[in-house]
Amino acid sequence: MLITTPNLAKPDETYARLIATHDGLSEGESHALNARLVLILMNHIGDDMVLAEALRLARDPGAV
Amino acid sequence: MKHDVPERYALAFRLYPYAKSPDQDAARPVRHKAVVVGGGPVGLATALDLGRRGVPVVLLDDHEGAGLGSRALCFAKRTLEICDRLGAAGPMLGKGVQWNLGKVFHDNRLLYEFNLLPEGGHAMPAFINLQQPWFEKYLHDAILAAQAEGAPIELRGKNRVDGVIPGEDHATLEVMTPDGPYRLEADWLIACDGARSPLRNMLGLGFDGRVFEDNFLIADVKMKADFPTERWFWFEPHFKSGDSALLHKQPDDIWRIDFQLGWNIDRAKELEPARIRARVDAMLGPDVDYELDWCSIYTFQCRRMERFRHGRVLFAGDAAHQVSPFGARGANSGVQDVDNLCWKLALVVAGLAPDSLLDTYDSERVYGADENILNSTRATDFITPKTPVSKLFRNAVLELAETVPFARTVVNSGRLSMPCTYDGSVLNGADHPDMPARSRPGSPCPDAPLATGWLLEQLGRGFVLLAIGAEAPERLEADGLTVPCLQLDPTEALAARYLGGVPAAIYLIRPDQHVAARWDSYEEQAVAAALARAMGKE
Repeated sequence: MLITTPNLAKPDETYARLIATHDGLSEGESHALNARLVLILMNHIGDDMVLAEALRLARDPGAV
Repeated sequence: MKHDVPERYALAFRLYPYAKSPDQDAARPVRHKAVVVGGGPVGLATALDLGRRGVPVVLLDDHEGAGLGSRALCFAKRTLEICDRLGAAGPMLGKGVQWNLGKVFHDNRLLYEFNLLPEGGHAMPAFINLQQPWFEKYLHDAILAAQAEGAPIELRGKNRVDGVIPGEDHATLEVMTPDGPYRLEADWLIACDGARSPLRNMLGLGFDGRVFEDNFLIADVKMKADFPTERWFWFEPHFKSGDSALLHKQPDDIWRIDFQLGWNIDRAKELEPARIRARVDAMLGPDVDYELDWCSIYTFQCRRMERFRHGRVLFAGDAAHQVSPFGARGANSGVQDVDNLCWKLALVVAGLAPDSLLDTYDSERVYGADENILNSTRATDFITPKTPVSKLFRNAVLELAETVPFARTVVNSGRLSMPCTYDGSVLNGADHPDMPARSRPGSPCPDAPLATGWLLEQLGRGFVLLAIGAEAPERLEADGLTVPCLQLDPTEALAARYLGGVPAAIYLIRPDQHVAARWDSYEEQAVAAALARAMGKE
């Protein structure tokens, strides 16, 4: 089951780290980083059902 | 008057020279039980399997043997197991090249190596590389051996089918030969006449699917260079030949090189030897000495017929379905068609099973074809991403693969052809929840070593029962069949592959070595019911 309730201990810090990770990258490099990040996180999650829910939610955030 | 049946391609082996048949002078068309059209791997295997099952079969081919060119090259374990059942695997293993090590490159970087080292305890290797003409020649050798033992197989070279008239209980064929045309009739017609299937066209049947806009150049080069026996695959190779390239070993010091060229090419120009040599030089480096052996350019489609059975006409192999070359699923899936079809046809011809059993050839092999098309389409889309974002993710996978193990499992340069498990087939009977998933009903039997020899070679040609650590009678007599029972001690391999969480098991195995049903003890009524079901009697 995909967690959609708050699950980050320090949301501001975590979000800032995501943005900072892109510092100094071109748009193309940032897209490539994001693609790698998605793959890494997908593998970490592993659960097909959770991933399917996440993909659905990302595609259509209004469909919760 | 002399007629011509021209050769459309050169032969590697002339195996069945034209000889006039008495059928050609018959006053009325002679009726045969089974007629196979096409002398490729699938047609030859069909004639061999049917003949060994005692079904009189005539094979018609517009050529007199095996065409030149390596073409289908990788023969997978399941194909070799089937060929072993047909008495043809020994020489294939002797001549074929086995390899386990693969390397994957992106541009000029080695991303990773993989070792296919297969699970131990199987008679056959994961696969071999063997040029298609040799595969066909060994099937033909097995046909000669079967004929010598009385198998009713007849091969007719330079017999080209020019017309077909389907009937209620037979099909009539118009055949052209060097001595002119004649007609013959077939109770059952098996079309193994390739991706362009003239029979399919004559019957006006569709062949729909996805055409991939790409060209592949195959260059077989002969060289003595001390290249390792490995499969090398490049994504976006540094030698700039296109989206992908592949190098692997064949017998006789020949190497298969595949260059993916893209869509807008000048075919004739790309086949000029000087141009091919320039590509090969760029790949191998300037100091490697080689000769060009055989070259060809091909495009491919992923598609299948809606149904493989049309009354008395059955389609098999590329005539019924076509896939991309990634994953070696063409000839391998065609041989699985043969494996599935021939025992069913033999039972129907013998009057032991209802005609509707042949509908399960359609349902099971359509299922298999869809699995192959799905796999080969996915590989194709990974190798040649169709959108900017899919290319972004593809390259992200390749970049991660160099350092992060999980990404290597996502890299798809073609998945090894695995045999189809007929999940959900109407022929499947009882299952047991505590037994291993890999040998569930519908699965091909996993091989295992026995005290002497191998499990699969003990299974014979018909239905068979396995009693693994279980009590069972020596045979079951039912539905006009005698089903022998193999009593087996639960060795470690048998326990792992067949018992799982239970101490003993009874398996009912189909003639194509797929599991029909399984139980933890023998109960005659249940086994007989499963046998009837597997014969299409329900």
